[in-house]
Amino acid sequence: MDYLTVIQILDSALRLATPLLLTCLAGLFSERAGVVDIGLEAKLLAAAFLSGAVAHTTGSIWIGLGAGVAGSLAFSMLHGLASITFKGDQLISGVALNFLAAGLTVVIGQAWFKLGGRTPSLTPDERFSSWEPSFTEAMSHIPVIGPAADELIAGHTVLTYIALAAVPLSWWVLFRTRFGLRLRAVGENPSAVDTAGVSVVALRYAALVIAGVLCGLAGTYLASLAAGFVKDMSAGRGYIALAALIFAKWRPWYALYATLLFGLLEAIGNRYQSISVGDFVIPVQFMQALPYILTVIILAGFVGKAIPPRAGGQPYVKER
Amino acid sequence: MSKMPKWADAVLIPLISILLAFFFSGLVIMAIGKDPIVAIKTMVQGAFGSTQGIGYTLYYATNFIFTGLSVAVAYHARLFNIGSEGQATLGGLGVAVVCLAVPWPHWTLALPAAMIGGAAFGAAWAFIPAYLQAKRGSHIVITTIMFNFIASALMGYVLLNVLKVPGSMAAESANFGPGAHLPTFHEMLAPFGINFNKNAPANVSFLVALLACVVFYFLIWRTRLGYEIRAFGQSDTAAHYAGINRVRIVIIAMLISGALAGLMAINNVMGEAERLIDNAVEGAGFIGIAVALMGRNHPIGIFLAAILFGFLYQGGAELAFWESIPRELIVVIQGLVILFTGALDNMVRAPLEKLFIALDKKKEA
Amino acid sequence: MSVQTDKGRQETAAPTASAPAIELRGISKAFGPVQANKDISIRVEKGTIHGIIGENGAGKSTLMSILYGFYKADAGEIFIDGQKVDITDSQAAISAGIGMVFQHFKLVENFTVLENVILGAEDGGLLKPSIAKARKLLKQLSDEYELSVDPDALIEDLSVGHQQRVEILKALYRQADILILDEPTGVLTPAEADHLFRILDGLRAEGKTIILITHKLREIMESTDTVSVMRRGEMTATVKTAETSPEQLAELMVGRKVLLRVDKAAATPGAPILEVENLRVKDDQGVERVKGISFEVRAGEILGIAGVSGNGQTELLEVLGGMMDGTGTIRMNGEEIDLTGKYSDGKSRRARGIAHVPEDRHDEGLILEFQAWENMVFGYHNAPEYQKNALLMDNAGIKAMTQKSMDKFDVRPPNPLLEAKSFSGGNQQKIVLAREIERNPDLLLIGQPTRGVDIGAIEFIHQQIVALRDEGKAILLVSVELDEIMSLSDRIAVMFDGKIMGERLPSETNEGELGLLMAGMTGEDA
Repeated sequence: MDYLTVIQILDSALRLATPLLLTCLAGLFSERAGVVDIGLEAKLLAAAFLSGAVAHTTGSIWIGLGAGVAGSLAFSMLHGLASITFKGDQLISGVALNFLAAGLTVVIGQAWFKLGGRTPSLTPDERFSSWEPSFTEAMSHIPVIGPAADELIAGHTVLTYIALAAVPLSWWVLFRTRFGLRLRAVGENPSAVDTAGVSVVALRYAALVIAGVLCGLAGTYLASLAAGFVKDMSAGRGYIALAALIFAKWRPWYALYATLLFGLLEAIGNRYQSISVGDFVIPVQFMQALPYILTVIILAGFVGKAIPPRAGGQPYVKER
Repeated sequence: MSKMPKWADAVLIPLISILLAFFFSGLVIMAIGKDPIVAIKTMVQGAFGSTQGIGYTLYYATNFIFTGLSVAVAYHARLFNIGSEGQATLGGLGVAVVCLAVPWPHWTLALPAAMIGGAAFGAAWAFIPAYLQAKRGSHIVITTIMFNFIASALMGYVLLNVLKVPGSMAAESANFGPGAHLPTFHEMLAPFGINFNKNAPANVSFLVALLACVVFYFLIWRTRLGYEIRAFGQSDTAAHYAGINRVRIVIIAMLISGALAGLMAINNVMGEAERLIDNAVEGAGFIGIAVALMGRNHPIGIFLAAILFGFLYQGGAELAFWESIPRELIVVIQGLVILFTGALDNMVRAPLEKLFIALDKKKEA
Repeated sequence: MSVQTDKGRQETAAPTASAPAIELRGISKAFGPVQANKDISIRVEKGTIHGIIGENGAGKSTLMSILYGFYKADAGEIFIDGQKVDITDSQAAISAGIGMVFQHFKLVENFTVLENVILGAEDGGLLKPSIAKARKLLKQLSDEYELSVDPDALIEDLSVGHQQRVEILKALYRQADILILDEPTGVLTPAEADHLFRILDGLRAEGKTIILITHKLREIMESTDTVSVMRRGEMTATVKTAETSPEQLAELMVGRKVLLRVDKAAATPGAPILEVENLRVKDDQGVERVKGISFEVRAGEILGIAGVSGNGQTELLEVLGGMMDGTGTIRMNGEEIDLTGKYSDGKSRRARGIAHVPEDRHDEGLILEFQAWENMVFGYHNAPEYQKNALLMDNAGIKAMTQKSMDKFDVRPPNPLLEAKSFSGGNQQKIVLAREIERNPDLLLIGQPTRGVDIGAIEFIHQQIVALRDEGKAILLVSVELDEIMSLSDRIAVMFDGKIMGERLPSETNEGELGLLMAGMTGEDA
């Protein structure tokens, strides 16, 4: 494995980590507010479909982005309706939404474009273009640093940079602002927030709005990268993001590290069908399963205990 | 303070929820420019209009009974097992191993052995999440989701590297021997002079599924184990007071759950495909969630819900064929059913409760 | 009580002409079919401590939650300082100058004291300035009112008494003029409770108005200026504390003269049934809750364990009942029983002849969703007489047995098919008691036998306990109600901070002496 290959794998890892990171941060806001969200997958799919469809129809990825975010938000609000307003089971609601999105995107897609549930391919104009600043171009001849700058710093679309910026921003919002204090409190002990005169319902909906927007960005990223929507294109990324969230112990910076790790695993898996370590061959399926296996190990508490927000998963009901 | 009569809780609420789910499904059909009435007619005709349709409907229903019972038994212990899909996948491996390892002389010998194989593999796959929940407090919903993905990767590996027939391109196992062939409805009903369609995949597994419903009822409501599972599910603190062992109940409930999911493989792997193929479960494990929710975790409800989903699956296939409505419409309906019967339960329940209280007051006055 | 208190009282006596700090007019509230508050009106003068007393479930907490905007009243009006206010939510209550200290604290466990104090009352969108301001103000407040607490400590690291101070600080930080405290001493040691009342006196001296909700007559008599009595959702009387007596209040609370004396013959203790030596128990957090206690309970006697709740009684019962692990030696009928939890649980304890009526019947003693007949074998469901054959339970037989037990224990309604949650507190307790007594145990562990139980059922339950003793059974009674301990016990042991402070005979002690022991003071100290 030469240096350039390493750089290329890292570049690919960053590319693959972007939607995971955005989705993971979406889950972070939602779960920090006490709303468990296994419907991340649904939001990703809805956003990928709508952004792909609308970008093709209007010819603008930016309008597509708006549509994708709107679609993701709609699912977020449905989750809120079930789990906040009607105090339903958050897990069941998430499962239901995942099916709803998986079905609706294909049914509507077929009725719309008659392409078996796909959307038409997006032209380069209908996709996000990557950022190619002149300085990395100029640097590309410098050995070692040049290729790294060219592949890693440059060459990504705006959403990757937004995702990276979202990490410190999320940290700052959660731990340095009034909103963040209240949001974390509502995920730990909603009755403390309620008796302090702050609306639990509004805070939880606000968290779901943020989650909806972030998932909308992530879904649009998928559609733009793949030049259109195909059936089930999120391919379990919503669940991997959920795994990354546990891995990250519900913290923004750790979310970055966890999603980069998972992105790296996927990148390696994509590049090599099998990896030989001495006489032993690691099958590609093992690489695919590795994020899930790692998450189970973390969940088992063998490597540091992940303690979720205490009020997570429970609808808030005033005590009598 | 019970605010509602029992029948309303057991029948009225699920009924209203399902009607709501179907109403919105109808809206979806209209939104894509089709006629819901024609769609329903096509589905009913396709699912019940011929012995072939019925055979498919019951074949699907058999799968869903097993996975529905699987989800339900865990739910009685307040464990949300989203892993029936993975457990059924591993059950398929267990059934395939049993069927391929021995040249079975007759299905009556092969079936019990395959049941043991499927149940054992399914239970084993449920064991790790169960153990982690019981001993380490790892949330079973998340671990079972992870295990679904791991199961799928494992299956991909086994099919490609272990079970694949050398020289074949397809990632699937060899065909099972003739001794492992399960009687289909066509073969079972022929002696009675009934001519059931030859191609329909419904087979003797359907009867095993019915038997499983009966066993499930006795297990949950008539045995000490069932008593303890329900007691633990209602209140783990009270169960602890009574000396009911938490760890034991969590693990046993999940083992039974995994075994029931694994049993499904006698239908789809042994009864229908007669070989192990990739993604043989086709989401039946997830449908088990909808079936259990709709059936209120009771075997009669689960049976009826499984038949309904069998109808939707078969009818959905007909829709795709005749009306060019994608099969994914069924996934939409499934999502709506889970949403309304599960997550939005209070939306239906709260107004009804108010109604019954108002009626009560009127009676008193 | 200090001089300050008297001054406070004099001040309040004079300005009756001015508007009351709080006035409620015709407040009603129903939860579904249950009428929690019926047409309630009270006036509380400024700068006084007003007590609201009543049994559990009398509607005290509901009324105060309405005042705090936690629930919306179905009817009625609220006036603060003579102004009609519309308290739609807690924010409105806070703006009206009302602060509330709930029975179960509303604190975020893994936040610091400061973070909890500013939550919902921050200055601006950023935390830093808010925290700095709160730190300064907190210092002032804690100096002023003896409310010292480390501002940077996490709540989960604080003692219960300190957590309560944080709740009071929260209210004061929001500039509350009216402070409502709901059963504030239930979780406090006597020393902590004394400290609390000193704080309240100080607040009254500053002109704050305080509403104290409690079911403890002594607290009302010692610390309030006026008192209202609630019974079954209605306000039965409001009187000046100085002009009433505990007996009168008790009668108002329950609606008729209370006979807390139980008719019972002198005990004739036999052989020791339960022997406890140097028992130690640690909770989940590794904190030692029972610190090396020894005692015995003989056949035919009731040993009462008195003490403020949270001094190790719960853990003692749970270890004896097989629900917690401990170290030391426990012998049942002379045979040692396992305390490691490895070979023992509730089931094995029952097999040894230990029956257990737990303190918390909702979360432990009963499965509320189960029907009465299912609850009637709970814990004994493995017993051979309840099995039909090797596989199935004898459900029909259990239902018939339940019917008999319900008749015998006067459970109303006597319907075995009713879910446990449909019974009143007293009838629920009778179901638990019937189940445990009918198994004919050698030892009965019974915790808070009459908590949340109506007065009629209390007498019946007390009679059953005495009857069991007269049959020659050993009974270990744990109760925070001193009256109950005094009237039922043949011997009394007092627990404080995980230790037994002393043992007394009811005939040779009085509430004063027991109260001192409960506060951790032995005879020599006092």
